[in-house]
Amino acid sequence: MLKLYGEEISSRLMLGTAQYPSPAILIDAIKTSKTEIVTVSLRREMSGAKSGEGFWSLIRSLDLRVLPNTAGCHTVKEAVLTAHMARDVFSTDWIKLEVIGNHDTLQPNVFALVEAARILTEEGFKVFPYTTDDLIVAERLLEAGCEVLMPWCAPIGSAMGPLNRYALRSMRGHFPEVPMIVDAGLGRPSHAAEVMELGFDAVLLNTAVAKAGNPVAMADAFAKAVDAGCSAYQAGMLEPRDLAVPSTPVIGKAVFT
Amino acid sequence: MKLIVNGEAHDVVAQSLDALLLELNFEGEWLATAVNSELVRATERQNHVLKSGDRIEILTPKQGG
Repeated sequence: MLKLYGEEISSRLMLGTAQYPSPAILIDAIKTSKTEIVTVSLRREMSGAKSGEGFWSLIRSLDLRVLPNTAGCHTVKEAVLTAHMARDVFSTDWIKLEVIGNHDTLQPNVFALVEAARILTEEGFKVFPYTTDDLIVAERLLEAGCEVLMPWCAPIGSAMGPLNRYALRSMRGHFPEVPMIVDAGLGRPSHAAEVMELGFDAVLLNTAVAKAGNPVAMADAFAKAVDAGCSAYQAGMLEPRDLAVPSTPVIGKAVFT
Repeated sequence: MKLIVNGEAHDVVAQSLDALLLELNFEGEWLATAVNSELVRATERQNHVLKSGDRIEILTPKQGG
């Protein structure tokens, strides 16, 4: 069973909660996916609006583990403060740490990410760093105290799927004991199956489900793909080979003249 | 007292953060607050004395990816 910071997690599919057509569809998608972890954010409240009340009561009613994010933060200071505020509201020391470095690609600023991760882990946070597929950055994040890594496989919301299988395979190979969640860039269930077949421990999705024609059906499809990919990895897959190998025994074949 | 709340200028009578939330009609135990880029926990708002020019952020849970 997957363990994240000592917590046993049954579902290897984690879902974001943004961009769904309606709260009812969000609920149905979450329930269908059987996810146990959902991501949430903090944004400015408006006077008299109580705009977060409905969403927050909805999430609480589902009795899930919440993973607050620092989405949109571009500096260490912003990310650390957002994490502090999230801990106060959500009563969890889990934080999905995002420090964005580029507006167009939403690529993480990995230098700031490592620094923020070090500060937050020293303060007792359990950091889930949204990072690239760079091995050295991964090493620094682990040295900073992270016990989970969340590499992208393509830019957030791009739906391009795994762009660099080599880098992802390298990450898996270099850190075999570290729980790794592919976060960002998945567009199709086959993408999820592909990274799970590479040995990743889980995937975190949002846009691919929320913006699907039928988000609930897509949540189901992703859940099945994640399970299939995970089972395939655990079962041990045949490696590709250059030459054909007959599956039917050659010995005993009749000889017709 | 002149303050900046969520990026907007306000002139208020409240002296504490707790009182400011009431005065500006921010309600809910799910709110997070910061003053001058430092967290002020919900439990500390009553004792947090504001001063002119303070920058206050009041955040609420929202959907996120």
